[in-house]
Amino acid sequence: MDLSTTYMGFKLDHPLIPGASPLVDNLENVKRLEDAGAPMIVMHSLFEEQIVNEELYFTHALEQGDSSTSEATNYFPWPSEFALGVDEYLEQIARIKLIVSVPVIASLNGTTEGGWLAYAGMIEQAGADGLELNIYDVAADPSETGEQVEARALRVIRAVRDSLSIPVAVKLSPFYSSMSHFAKEVDETGVEGLVLFNRFYQPDIDIEHLEVVRINLSSPADLLLRLRWLALLHGKVRASLACTGGVHSASDAIKAVMAGADAVQIVSALLQRGPSYLRTVREGMAHWLEEHGYESLAQMRGSMSLSRCADPKAYERANYMRVLQSVRPGVL
Amino acid sequence: MITLDANEAVASVAYRSNEVIVLYPITPSSPMGEWCDEWSAHHKPNLWGDVPEITEMQSEGGAIGAVHGALQAGSLATTFTASQGLLLMIPNMYKIAGELTSFCMHVAARTVATHALSIFGDHSDVMACRQTGFALLCSNSVQEAHDFACIAQAATLRARVPFLHFFDGFRTSHEVSKIHLLEDDDLHELFDDQAIADHRRRALTPDRPVLRGTAQNPDTFFQAREACNLFYQRLPGIVQQAMDAFARRTGRSYRLFEYVGHPQAERVIVLMGSGAEMAEETAIHLNGQGEKVGVLKVRLYRPFSPRDFLAALPKSTKRLAVLDRTKEPGAVGEPLYLDVASVLLENSQSKDAAFALPPRVVGGRYGLSSKEFTPAMVKAVFDELKKDEPKNHFTIGIVDDMTHTSLPFDEDFSIEPNDMVRALFFGLGADGTVGANKNSIKIIGEETENHAQGYFVYDSKKSGATTISHLRFGPRPIRAPYLIHSANFVACHQFHFLEKFDILEHAAPGAVFLLNAPYAPEEVWDRLPREVQEQIVSKGLHLYAIDALKVAKEAGMGGRINTVMQTCFFAVSGVLPREEAIAQIKKAIEKTYGKKGDEIVRRNFAAVDQTLAHLHEIEVPRAATVTKSRPPLVAPAAPDFVQRVSAVMMAGKGDLLPVSAFPVDGTWPTGTAQWEKRTIADEVPIWDKKICIQCNKCAFVCPHAAIRAKVYEPSHLDKAPAEFPSLDYKAADFKGWKYTIQVAPQDCTGCNLCVMVCPAKDKANPKHKSINMTPLLPVLEREKERYGFFLDLPDPPLDRVAHVDVKTSQFALPMIEYSGACAGCGETPYLKLLTQLFGDRLLIANATGCSSIYGGNLPTTPYTTNAEGRGPAWSNSLFEDNAEFGLGLRLSVDNLSRQAAALLVQLAPQVGDELAREILALDHSHESAWPAQRRRVDLLRGKLAGLDSPKARRLELLADYLVPKSVWLIGGDGWAYDIGFGGLDHVLSLRRKINVLVLDTEVYSNTGGQASKSTPLGAAAKFASAGKDVHKKDLGLMAMSYGHVYVASVAFGAKDTHTVQAFQEAESYDGPSLIIAYSHCIAHGYDMRFGLEQQKLAVASGVWPLYRFDPRRARAGEPPLSIDVLPGKKSVEEYMRNEARFRMVEKIDAERFRRLAKSARNQSAQRVALYEQLSHISLPRETERPTVAAGNGQK
Repeated sequence: MDLSTTYMGFKLDHPLIPGASPLVDNLENVKRLEDAGAPMIVMHSLFEEQIVNEELYFTHALEQGDSSTSEATNYFPWPSEFALGVDEYLEQIARIKLIVSVPVIASLNGTTEGGWLAYAGMIEQAGADGLELNIYDVAADPSETGEQVEARALRVIRAVRDSLSIPVAVKLSPFYSSMSHFAKEVDETGVEGLVLFNRFYQPDIDIEHLEVVRINLSSPADLLLRLRWLALLHGKVRASLACTGGVHSASDAIKAVMAGADAVQIVSALLQRGPSYLRTVREGMAHWLEEHGYESLAQMRGSMSLSRCADPKAYERANYMRVLQSVRPGVL
Repeated sequence: MITLDANEAVASVAYRSNEVIVLYPITPSSPMGEWCDEWSAHHKPNLWGDVPEITEMQSEGGAIGAVHGALQAGSLATTFTASQGLLLMIPNMYKIAGELTSFCMHVAARTVATHALSIFGDHSDVMACRQTGFALLCSNSVQEAHDFACIAQAATLRARVPFLHFFDGFRTSHEVSKIHLLEDDDLHELFDDQAIADHRRRALTPDRPVLRGTAQNPDTFFQAREACNLFYQRLPGIVQQAMDAFARRTGRSYRLFEYVGHPQAERVIVLMGSGAEMAEETAIHLNGQGEKVGVLKVRLYRPFSPRDFLAALPKSTKRLAVLDRTKEPGAVGEPLYLDVASVLLENSQSKDAAFALPPRVVGGRYGLSSKEFTPAMVKAVFDELKKDEPKNHFTIGIVDDMTHTSLPFDEDFSIEPNDMVRALFFGLGADGTVGANKNSIKIIGEETENHAQGYFVYDSKKSGATTISHLRFGPRPIRAPYLIHSANFVACHQFHFLEKFDILEHAAPGAVFLLNAPYAPEEVWDRLPREVQEQIVSKGLHLYAIDALKVAKEAGMGGRINTVMQTCFFAVSGVLPREEAIAQIKKAIEKTYGKKGDEIVRRNFAAVDQTLAHLHEIEVPRAATVTKSRPPLVAPAAPDFVQRVSAVMMAGKGDLLPVSAFPVDGTWPTGTAQWEKRTIADEVPIWDKKICIQCNKCAFVCPHAAIRAKVYEPSHLDKAPAEFPSLDYKAADFKGWKYTIQVAPQDCTGCNLCVMVCPAKDKANPKHKSINMTPLLPVLEREKERYGFFLDLPDPPLDRVAHVDVKTSQFALPMIEYSGACAGCGETPYLKLLTQLFGDRLLIANATGCSSIYGGNLPTTPYTTNAEGRGPAWSNSLFEDNAEFGLGLRLSVDNLSRQAAALLVQLAPQVGDELAREILALDHSHESAWPAQRRRVDLLRGKLAGLDSPKARRLELLADYLVPKSVWLIGGDGWAYDIGFGGLDHVLSLRRKINVLVLDTEVYSNTGGQASKSTPLGAAAKFASAGKDVHKKDLGLMAMSYGHVYVASVAFGAKDTHTVQAFQEAESYDGPSLIIAYSHCIAHGYDMRFGLEQQKLAVASGVWPLYRFDPRRARAGEPPLSIDVLPGKKSVEEYMRNEARFRMVEKIDAERFRRLAKSARNQSAQRVALYEQLSHISLPRETERPTVAAGNGQK
């Protein structure tokens, strides 16, 4: 079965990509992912805060005791000869490149126009084949309007797109007033891919210690939101589309492709079941397509998208109503 | 040309011209070794293309031993040291010289400890080596130090006599100056390859075996000792030849004795060191006014060449003053004086007499411990020489009102040229002022034609330390090794300094005064104290103000105002055109932070760009307008000594105190830190009683005893200030009493540890705890009043508590308080606990290090007393001998206790058998035993007073020894693991009842973070900057191997109950005890507020196992070792990743970091496994234990 696809300009044997996660921090896992047939490796995100904090924290830690006493004008060997910042990330790119033959996509996560943007260039120099830019924005500032949030994000995307020659995909959140409009504007910056969606940071609460705690894994329920926006955007943007969040099985992946995804990222399921699960999903997908008489994946892609509809406006509303009607009292 | 300090300038030559470099840290020479280690870690080659081998030793004695070996085996080797370190090298120096070995060591000359330790500069260390056979070569400036490092190396290679090259500690070693750098080609040219080959050929090798180090006997030793004479006779000539060759190569010319001044001078000063530079300038100035004076600079002090000395001295000389920067009590005079006097005497009696009438010679002392030495003082010496009977054996620079040795001098005399910018900057250590000024010097020195000089003065505290930067810039070379007394630019980087110090004392008329003020421009003037306003008006100063903190915060720089103030300096001083200055500042920022990250560069740039818009010139009225004066530095209630002496020192005016102000033997009163209200925290913890669970953990962890807990009877609240917070106390031991937690608002350093440890959260608002950091200024007066009342509440009687534990220990008075330790210090909570448990009977032997500095560095002393006047008696002997010193305390206490007990037995019939029996049978297993014993001793004294017998008089003197004393040996890991280990090991072996507390920061914290044998594998430290690749020594396991030593490993932040238990067990154990205490430290590289968290991680990861090894359990047939917290919940890597000391290695070499982290993980697991197995081993019981002679009251 021909599962091949093109994503961010890369020809891939199939659309199932291990998404950005701590899994690839370990080189053995990276190798196992490739062995399981991963057509591309997306690295764990390097966060703007991580870059900035690393700089600030390290500088503070090294300088905090400087020039306070006659005996100790500082407390560390002179740090002149090494670079601060998160260089281990750059080195990890090189290490992964050494052991795999598939494209390696680095992931950078941030929202402001700060010094961290320089890392995009360093990532390219370090040998990454592409960059996934995660606009992971919690619009928590009450003084910033929706327009301002979007304008800031676009400036960041342009700054990265313009500084790189490798393909760039933008990972978006669904929380924009007009997702379609914003996606179009992102598309117009010339990026090669849109990744739907990053997961809004939803912290949990530890009621014993009165502390906020993080949860990390997705559930298949997260998929529905992605399916809808893939369906809405398919055919309306030039950039290729990837689905991420909630894909736990072959049928989830099939739904994503039917909605219009060129690539399908899997994270939580791999973290839970290990790298080899990727092969299981791929085989399940191929099996399903064969069973249902598809010629290739391409035939299926976007089959359930709204762009294949004669009256999209009405369909959107109808679709919406149909979704509502499908939920009956007592089911949820 | 390049700007650097002498330590770097000397290291630059020493590194390039040696193959083996052996190190041990000691101030002020440590940076020389640090540079060498740094260069070696980056594989910088020496002159011959090899990377020198760098090795740190356990002491200076070890370092010179290794150097001796390296030299004997044919390598070129060097080392760097000072003061006590140099003294430890002396035995080997005799050997190296006796064997005629080519070797040059470099010494940043420093005071040798006598009545007190001093880290500052004089020649007392070097003078203690003049008999070793080493050549002593003195350089007087940064340029000379660089040049003489080369000349000395060249000379020793040719002469075979070893060299001690020295320069003034701090004044030269730490002065930043613009110099010409010697290139590799210069050094190649000046070093004799043949001499190096000869050195190699003399190497000990089995290929050409010889034997050195024989033992000789009366028949031969004397003659053989004289056999070296020719080498010493030739040496002055060889040094001069080296100087001449150097001059041909570089254009910089030097003489063995260098005369400068009037060709027909009648009065001449002879001296060496940095003071000679200034004396020369002064002589030139005086000659310009018609005087005939000169200065003879001594370069090669040993061997002293009379011929060259006499040749250099003008024949017109009638009076000679020889100045020594050292003191030799009991000698006829100081060494240089004696040398000069002998030379003149010998010459006058010879047939070649140089003078028809030999000049009259007087000697004087100056500049001990970096005491200021100024043109005014040089003028005073020249003036003294004019007198018919000039004073001999005088002192200059102090007021000696006891033996009247001192010469008066005119403080207003100045020779500073008009074309020089002299700038003074008052800042805090933490605000980056010094760093910014070093930067400015580099900009001006290296980007303009100007010469530049920088010297930095720090106060004695490690937290909230004040820094004063002295910067000079001018078109000509700057030879002014003294502080600025007349500044045309003064910057005050912290507004509150105006209330503490006389900031404008040294402002010249018409000077610019730049002030960082947290006020709007129109408000600034009215906020100034009256004294400051008056000085601004009377001196006609130009006042500029900026709210630098606001600008820094807006630029994302937090409290680092350095970039903002630096920009202001360039903007208003006019040293450089503004635009150029700003461009240069940005260039410097890029250079400093470029590699570290764009964000920091961006934020610094933003700070620079936003500065000028916020800088305002403030209009100065014609007269002062406010009436509020600067408050007195200490409260009127302070004791007389504090008022007369300590307060003057606190004000930065200790130089004015006369000899009579001081104790004659270095004895100093305790409990004076309480009068130094530093008010250094921006925010202090305030108690919210509604949430409090009364655990006292906040007080337990406080490094400065600045937050305290107390229980008291409710009736005391009658006189409480309004709304003084209190709770009903919950536990049974003080039922019905009240409870209060109170901050000392002016003593708190704002470290946050108390807030971090507080377990009580507001259920409706969990970020609000029972202790919360609160801006100080709005609550200052209220909290001052409350704290005053709190201190007056009586301390509760602890004999009422069932068991002293973490909580109840905090009701005991802390008897170390408000020390100068770092904010958030991880050592002082242990010491505080120690004083709370045993303070009124505590003797402390304290090894040199952080704990001796915050424990005993003046002006104030943190150890204090209780209401009865009892408290810790504390002394610091040396770094290396603390265990032996502490043992001596024990021997003496035991001796006196034994005598007291014996006398009591003899006097029992008179004083009462029952009383005597009770005293001698003291059982102190419960806290109540101590007050009871003191009452008995008081009773005994009463009875003794009625007895008329010599024995009664003797026992009166010794009666307090019937209350057993607790002897503790305290020091850091540098002492216990390295330099003092031999002594510590011996003392532990002796079975005497001593307690050892190792405050283990895993690094030489006090000298700036050099590796010790306690430094863990994988950590970067100075002298191990690539990351230490051997495991931390297991001191505890070594001590356990004796079997009779109580050993505990504790970490109060991880398990405070365990710490308290270990202290109590150690004290109760009738034998030696060793407690190794994890002490988080600024040198670990993280925000100290997380110190307790990091301690938890250290324990949970197995990096720092908590255990107790109690020989008493072995005697009971149980396993003596108990592991008290089972590790394994966290990974070693998680622990390592939180600290910059480990992360640095990752930054430099990620692969090495991974390898070291893995090794650290394995080692930690192995250690834990070993301990676990040991904890299951029971030992055969001892049938009989050797008895020891011990004092009274021991079980």
